[in-house]
Amino acid sequence: MEGRLANMWRLTVNESKFVETALQSELRVDGRGLYDYRKLTIKFGKEYGSSEVQLGQTHVMGFVTAQMVQPYKDRPNEGSLSIFTEFSPMADPSFEPGRPGESAVELGRIIDRGLRESRAVDTESLCILAGKMVWSVRIDLHILDNGGNLVDAANIAALAALMTFRRPDCTVGGENGQEVIIHPPEEREPLPLIIHHLPIAFTFGFFNKGNIVVMDPTYVEEAVMCGRMTVTVNANGDICAIQKPGEEGVNQSVILHCLRLASSRAAATTKIIREEVEAYNRERSLQKVKRHPTLAKSEVSGPTVAVKEEYRKSSDQEKAAEISREHVERLKLSPEELRSSKEQEATNFKGGPSNWDPYSEAMDVDSLKVSLASEGDSITKSSSKKKTNGSGNAQKDGGEISVEEVTGDLGKKDTKHKDGEMTLKDAVKPKKKRKNKT
Amino acid sequence: MEYVNPEGLRLDGRRFNEMRQIVAEVGVVSKADGSAVFEMGNTKVIAAVYGPREIQNKSQQKKNDHAVVLCEYSMAQFSTGDRRRQKFDRRSTELSLVIRQTMEACILTELMPHSQIDIFLQVLQADGGTRSACINAATLALADAGIPMRDLAVSCSAGYLNSTPLLDLNYVEDSAGGADVTVGILPKLDKVTLLQMDAKLPMETFETVFALASEGCKAIAERIREVLQENTKQLEYRRAA
Repeated sequence: MEGRLANMWRLTVNESKFVETALQSELRVDGRGLYDYRKLTIKFGKEYGSSEVQLGQTHVMGFVTAQMVQPYKDRPNEGSLSIFTEFSPMADPSFEPGRPGESAVELGRIIDRGLRESRAVDTESLCILAGKMVWSVRIDLHILDNGGNLVDAANIAALAALMTFRRPDCTVGGENGQEVIIHPPEEREPLPLIIHHLPIAFTFGFFNKGNIVVMDPTYVEEAVMCGRMTVTVNANGDICAIQKPGEEGVNQSVILHCLRLASSRAAATTKIIREEVEAYNRERSLQKVKRHPTLAKSEVSGPTVAVKEEYRKSSDQEKAAEISREHVERLKLSPEELRSSKEQEATNFKGGPSNWDPYSEAMDVDSLKVSLASEGDSITKSSSKKKTNGSGNAQKDGGEISVEEVTGDLGKKDTKHKDGEMTLKDAVKPKKKRKNKT
Repeated sequence: MEYVNPEGLRLDGRRFNEMRQIVAEVGVVSKADGSAVFEMGNTKVIAAVYGPREIQNKSQQKKNDHAVVLCEYSMAQFSTGDRRRQKFDRRSTELSLVIRQTMEACILTELMPHSQIDIFLQVLQADGGTRSACINAATLALADAGIPMRDLAVSCSAGYLNSTPLLDLNYVEDSAGGADVTVGILPKLDKVTLLQMDAKLPMETFETVFALASEGCKAIAERIREVLQENTKQLEYRRAA
């Protein structure tokens, strides 16, 4: 509240009149069109999971960290995701240090709703030991400069940070099978988070009793406008969250118009974020390839490592160039894979956390296709085949073929990722396979 | 879980477009200038309004020629099954802000410069839809206090479960993980002031859910108007006696 009050003070009557009258002839003070977005730049830090987003004058930093904690009692097999906002007085003199003010809380809640309630981040894969250990992911958002429209900038910062975040791989082992072993990043490649879709926030400002709508309002416009609405949408055309906290009333048609505008913009912004993240990841992985040989040398200390070292030599030093080429190729492939898996999710996603299971669905479709192709049977027969192939005892020869085909397909998918680092699919597969059998 | 059975009935036996029973009463806190209790099924909210009175903290005044509206939302510790620990968490801070701005939009603040209006909201029983109930209770209390308003600000929620749009979610339906749309409108002006949504919904589905919630708002507005008219009749009767 304090923030808004101070804003009101600073703007003179002349200035606000100027902004309003200019808007009536569809002109904005910074020369943009009504629905134009400011320039968006995303930068990444040296560490995993840090991002800096600049949207015009607005500057937000996002930082993601993870910690192992005990899960909540009502969700024993889900990790948690929490968002903390820091409005430093450096960004805007009206932000007071200490306890987060109303605007800080609201910003955190809007981003939280967009990310968590739409299940953008897969929290089930953050579980290590059900009921005992889960990863708790924490997103810190620091406002470095307030040039208006903090929500959108902070949301993009959170997404970019989440996408580049890597958590250390860990396995459950020990005598009783209850001990958690965390593998250092040198030993095993840290794992990225599983992100199903990117919810992107778009803020609209309303002027002149809700008759003029403006996208991405600046600091000055925020002080003048009589209402605002934040719409969080993803590239699939889903609406993930809306926040219009009171203020001036607007017509229903205006709201629906805003929603359409936002969803038409979502794809472009998603593309920008994905491209930036990809470029960053490519750079990181190229650095890693260079690092491997030196690593192997540093490990020549104990006798037990000797075997390992030899292995490293054969795989890394001799074929270093080859691997790097592979890396690059895989990186080129990855966006396509991502997109296709995303599409699957979009079709299979039904809202519940346990419903998300792309593999079972994918297998069904495959087997259906194969069995249909093998003999032009009726649909009922093919569905019965699907059942037999699920239970494992294939009696008909047609059924057998389909089973083979499917396993072959899966095998191919496996080999794609076997060389080199673990990917996100490897992280999920064992659990999902188990589920299918039961 | 099945939230709508094949006959089209919900867990508590309602149809998809059926609201819970509304019980509303004004003038329940004698000390306050205006007060109301608003019940919607098992959700129960009490609202008290003080003002317009002289501004207490000058720094809160943002515009010289407008009244300041302050709002405090809190949930009673006994309102939910498990005891609530902190009184001012992030959720209630956000709700206070949202409700304040919604009420600000419907009060004619320009008629009362240099004054403030305090709205206190306490949730006595929480069974889903507390923010809608709070807005409705606040409207009743403001009307009871005789504060000039543009229109009655009313609110209603709707959700989407089992591929059915549902009006007025209760706690079980609310925590099912489906979408939840809370709409606040000014029914006579036909303007949307409040709109909050959780979870994921395709565009077309959102439009139907949004329309359903708006219909619900209009129904609530009628009920609130009835309650206020009844109250006015009572007052008139008493004065004549």
